[in-house]
Amino acid sequence: MLVKRIIACLDVKGGRTVKGTRFLNLRDAGDPVELACEYCRQEVDELVFLDITATNEKRKTLTSLVKRVAKNINIPFTVGGGINSIEDIEILLSSGADKVSINTYAVRNPLVITESAKRFGTQCIVVAIDAKRVDGDYKVFLNGGREATTIDAVLWAKRASELGAGEILLTSMDTDGTKLGFDIELTRLVSESVKIPVIASGGAGKIEHFEQVFKQGKADAALAASIFHFREVDILQLKKYLLLSGIEVRLTEAFLDVA
Amino acid sequence: MKVAIIKYNAGNTESVKNALERLGVKPVLTDSPEEIISADKVIFPGVGEASNAMRYLRQKNLEVVISSINKPFLGICLGMQLLCDFSEENETECLGIFPYKVRKFSSSNVKVPHIGWNQIFDLKGKLFSYVREGEFFYFVHSFYVDVGKDTTAICDYDVKFSAALERENFYAVQFHPEKSGSVGERLLRGFLEL
Repeated sequence: MLVKRIIACLDVKGGRTVKGTRFLNLRDAGDPVELACEYCRQEVDELVFLDITATNEKRKTLTSLVKRVAKNINIPFTVGGGINSIEDIEILLSSGADKVSINTYAVRNPLVITESAKRFGTQCIVVAIDAKRVDGDYKVFLNGGREATTIDAVLWAKRASELGAGEILLTSMDTDGTKLGFDIELTRLVSESVKIPVIASGGAGKIEHFEQVFKQGKADAALAASIFHFREVDILQLKKYLLLSGIEVRLTEAFLDVA
Repeated sequence: MKVAIIKYNAGNTESVKNALERLGVKPVLTDSPEEIISADKVIFPGVGEASNAMRYLRQKNLEVVISSINKPFLGICLGMQLLCDFSEENETECLGIFPYKVRKFSSSNVKVPHIGWNQIFDLKGKLFSYVREGEFFYFVHSFYVDVGKDTTAICDYDVKFSAALERENFYAVQFHPEKSGSVGERLLRGFLEL
């Protein structure tokens, strides 16, 4: 059967991994390729590289990073952050990215989802949504959370999927960086309203949070950054725990014996 | 050994090249009929859309070239679908090596595309020399091939479909061995040893 995925996110700036919370307070955390290789050894299912400063800085470092990752990594990876044209998408995919995630660009030009899905295939277009609760509803925020909109996050997810997105990468700005758990309600609302996979992001602090987001949040995949980064949660331990909780995940035989 | 990867307008050729290089093989990425025909192994990768891909292959005269190859040939993902008779994706006439129709997942019980790690079973043939029953591979697709006579591995996503096909020198897999971690590397090694 198709199993739930554990995704490690690496926020990169100038070709280096940084991590504070997504939206502020960055600290350097090393070479992204080395870290990615370490995650692969721990049986992570996918990787996401988010260039958090791409909007304001040159793209060359990102392209060369994507090439290095593609040479060294044998699992799927997504690249995002500041993508602002079909040409950007093309460069990243041709450099070896399996998927790109688009956020602000898609909100401003929704038809770009359709156009890029047609050109590169639905499966490589991930629409990233940063959502925050405002007066009881979830609203879409743009530009790394700096710009509020009146767009309803659940409706936008639905529209994006109808336009041709292959996956939704859903980040809750309310829970991101808190380590208090994923936003279960937001994840469930979005997951139940779209027919494409939903990756839940923001708030993972301990192993049990993943169980919740899969069981109650109906997520297809769960993404975390800092807790993997600083080894607060070991990916192998996490997967063993999930298996024992009745959630199917990928573990190769060598590791199953230990479970 | 000369390994050719068919270069066309359907993505991820680089990933396949990288994967082979990790196995110590230096493949050529090419759309030249001579290069492809003279290779010992040919890989036909693909991420993309069927009708655009077929149009490109016809323009480059590769349709005829592919059908004439008698060396071990491996189609991956869209590459596998294009080897079939017909794809529902934009109603596309394909290469016709495998006598099957490629259909869209239509069940309301599952999400489409089928994205992620899934297990394969009922393995047959030499392609799976180094792969065990039930191992996980990475899939990304919205269209699939039914289980038929040429099926050499089965995957289940609400419907049972062909995870792999084999007919004479033509092999095809719906999943992405180049993205399936160490298991994928073992499958590629099996192909290179055919």
